Amino acid sequence: MSNVVPGLAPEVPLSLPVPVERTLPNGLRVLLTRRPGVPLAEVRLSIPAAHTDLAVADLLAAALFSGTETASMTEIAQRLQGVGGALGAGADPDRIAVSGNSLATGLPELLEVLGDLLKAADYPGGPLATEQARMIDGLSVAEQQPDFQVNRVLDARLWGDHPYGHQQPTAAEVAAVERQAVLALHASRIHPAGARLVIVGDIDTDATGAAVEKALGDWNGAGEPRRMEPLPEAVPGPLILVDRAGSVQSALRVAYPAVARTHPDNAAQHLANLVFGGYFSSRLVMNLRETKGYGYSPRSRVDHAPAGSIQLAAVDVATEVTGPALTELHGELRGMAERPPGEEELDLARRYALGSVKLATATQAGVANYISVLAAAGLPLSWLADHSERLREVTPADLQRVAAERLDPDRAVTVVLGDGAEIRDALAEFGEIEAR
Amino acid sequence: MTVATIPAPAFAIERFRLANGLRVVLAPDPGAPVVGVAVVYDVGMRSEPEGRTGFAHLFEHMMFQGSHNVGKAEHMRHVQSAGGTFNGSTHIDYTDYFNLLPSNGLELALFLEADRMRGPAITEENLANQVSVVKEEIRVNVLNRPYGGFPWIKLPPVMFDTFANSHDGYGAFDDLDAATVEDAQSFFDAYYAASNAVLSVAGDFDPVEARALVERHFGNVEARPAPVHPPFEEPDLTAERRHSYVDERATLPALAAAWRVPDPVTDLDAFLPYVVLGELLTDGDASRLVERLIHNDRTATAVAAHTTFMAEPFASRGPTAMLVQAFLPPGTAVDTVLGQVDEELARVAEGVEEAELDRVKARVAAQLLRGDDSVMGRSRRLATAEIFHGDAAMATRFAALLGEVTAASVAQAAAALTPQRRAVLEVVPGGAQ
Repeated sequence: MSNVVPGLAPEVPLSLPVPVERTLPNGLRVLLTRRPGVPLAEVRLSIPAAHTDLAVADLLAAALFSGTETASMTEIAQRLQGVGGALGAGADPDRIAVSGNSLATGLPELLEVLGDLLKAADYPGGPLATEQARMIDGLSVAEQQPDFQVNRVLDARLWGDHPYGHQQPTAAEVAAVERQAVLALHASRIHPAGARLVIVGDIDTDATGAAVEKALGDWNGAGEPRRMEPLPEAVPGPLILVDRAGSVQSALRVAYPAVARTHPDNAAQHLANLVFGGYFSSRLVMNLRETKGYGYSPRSRVDHAPAGSIQLAAVDVATEVTGPALTELHGELRGMAERPPGEEELDLARRYALGSVKLATATQAGVANYISVLAAAGLPLSWLADHSERLREVTPADLQRVAAERLDPDRAVTVVLGDGAEIRDALAEFGEIEAR
Repeated sequence: MTVATIPAPAFAIERFRLANGLRVVLAPDPGAPVVGVAVVYDVGMRSEPEGRTGFAHLFEHMMFQGSHNVGKAEHMRHVQSAGGTFNGSTHIDYTDYFNLLPSNGLELALFLEADRMRGPAITEENLANQVSVVKEEIRVNVLNRPYGGFPWIKLPPVMFDTFANSHDGYGAFDDLDAATVEDAQSFFDAYYAASNAVLSVAGDFDPVEARALVERHFGNVEARPAPVHPPFEEPDLTAERRHSYVDERATLPALAAAWRVPDPVTDLDAFLPYVVLGELLTDGDASRLVERLIHNDRTATAVAAHTTFMAEPFASRGPTAMLVQAFLPPGTAVDTVLGQVDEELARVAEGVEEAELDRVKARVAAQLLRGDDSVMGRSRRLATAEIFHGDAAMATRFAALLGEVTAASVAQAAAALTPQRRAVLEVVPGGAQ
């Protein structure tokens, strides 16, 4: 029996596909990637939507498939289903997105359906009212979920009046939307200028390009493009306590500053976040989960959104260990500069980061998502290869410097949602508390 | 109307068995430079002993706490330092452990899985730690959120009478607290034999080299007899059963109705029409119940139908069920919705057009293929197909088998879903409105 942990075989270099890219005369940017494997195609369409009314945009996304001037909702759904396809839509402060997939042989049909919707969605009153009621029902459930509740407070606390400060509409806002507003939003914003279509799959890029042109070449429209202003600096302040009576856990959320993907410190920040709480072998998981047993999934991540970046540490813990868990979380954050990672700890995170790129681009959906997310930041898929090279160059000194600058509880915004009566005293130990 | 022809996934599958009884599946495919390694043990929540609810899942956690040559947390550290990810999951009829790594990490993953197949290193201390972690998992997923455990934990006790079929597989806190190191050893001895497991490798590797590595690392895992699963069978319901409970955090009424279906393993041909029926009822806006309940009558805000409690028709044994679950707008009566479901089932029972059936089958096939695009998903599905259906290659044939389901058999399946054979669970919202 071998009892020596085997080493790794020689590394297989990262190999990324190169999308075939063109911009149609109507302004639609199209990125097509052949990736054989399973005989499917993944589709991602992103339409800029800065400064739209959030509730109207959400309702437009929900009701986009409700009918056109010539087809009913059922007919649209049948056409998609017949090619093994499905489409869904969603809205966020930056964009309205439509995504889906189908059998590769059915892609032209899926694109025809997509074109019909973009050019002629009619938002008939009956189905629109149904979607409106469903959104309100869904919000009532979401508003009972700890994660939803705490994120809403955190967004408002971090970003204030910036559109990122209010990313989920209220039921009242949804209820107030009129059909006319949805039609007006479609007319002013659902057009190809500035929009981006990503298709990845077992496709012939020439034939698919022709199918895109046929289905979407005559998509048009005009409107005022609006730019999203950058996020403001996150301002530290008192710990915020969100009371959730009877909660058997406390949701701890600690947000701390981050730089954008294009910043020279980004690779070091990526690795610092991993070492702190970004993967299972991190300090946060080893401490809060594997040593103390306080929580199931302590974690930290870097969020890169088009308007700016932030890092967020999160864990849900039993009510009775709320204070000790927050002490450990803040301690580990501070520890990144005070007990900086050495070569070995850094290298473990680095190898994980380099492998993650390979894993995340190993599926059609993964490639489609990465192309789409990076394009939103103005970056090509090949940025992943450049980033991988920069990850190789990061030193322990870089990590310590980045940690000292940003992984600092005194620069963080802390929000705790839990049973206020049970946890208020424990949280008072950390200083001033602001109740929400 | 275009209706696509259903393609089949194309990758080679090699199967063999080691002398200790371990079944091995290799599915090489150089599409991406990654490799998926999965080990599935033929034991799930149904087999845990009375007084130890949640033990199969707790034991899954303990399999990550170290083994002969691997210290606590080192499994994760080794996989992650190779650039990979890992996880495990506990199901009603099986438990799986899976790793996805850049392809140069194949031997490492095989070593780690073989090492813990010889037995995890369980101590009082790491057991107490993981009991605490599992309780937090249950608080996040069940106790601290609306509709926690609905319906997968809440419905089986309405439908079934035996402990094996009806108990809460996540576990009661008392039972988790009572778990001992000795319990873990006897669970391992009973169920974690090599002969009760399937190792599956998918992705970018050379099958000749892989076979040699598998033999090197697993070949001398002790040979032990596989357990004989007791029959879990229970008689079908002859009268409707109902249960309702108040969920303090729920804001909408909800219901789940379930009917027993033919055994997914021993009576696959009779089971498959129910899989198709589930899709026909609730997949997309063109489906029967979505159109009727959500869009026409507005008596549901969401509805879903599927076979087996965890919606894994090809990785389950009997007895199991077909479920229809729905969330209702505030104030909607559950009986109104049940009546509409009955009417729609009766309509399906009258007959289904081929065109509708073909559309449904195309979508089912696309969804199965999509799962196969990930080598981790593929390695897991090949392993469960070997466990439950005796042949990993069955995983590539399910779409075709569903394609052969006839309109008449779907109608017949719908006709069998009668009110007197169903168990109904109702959630009464107590949430702050």
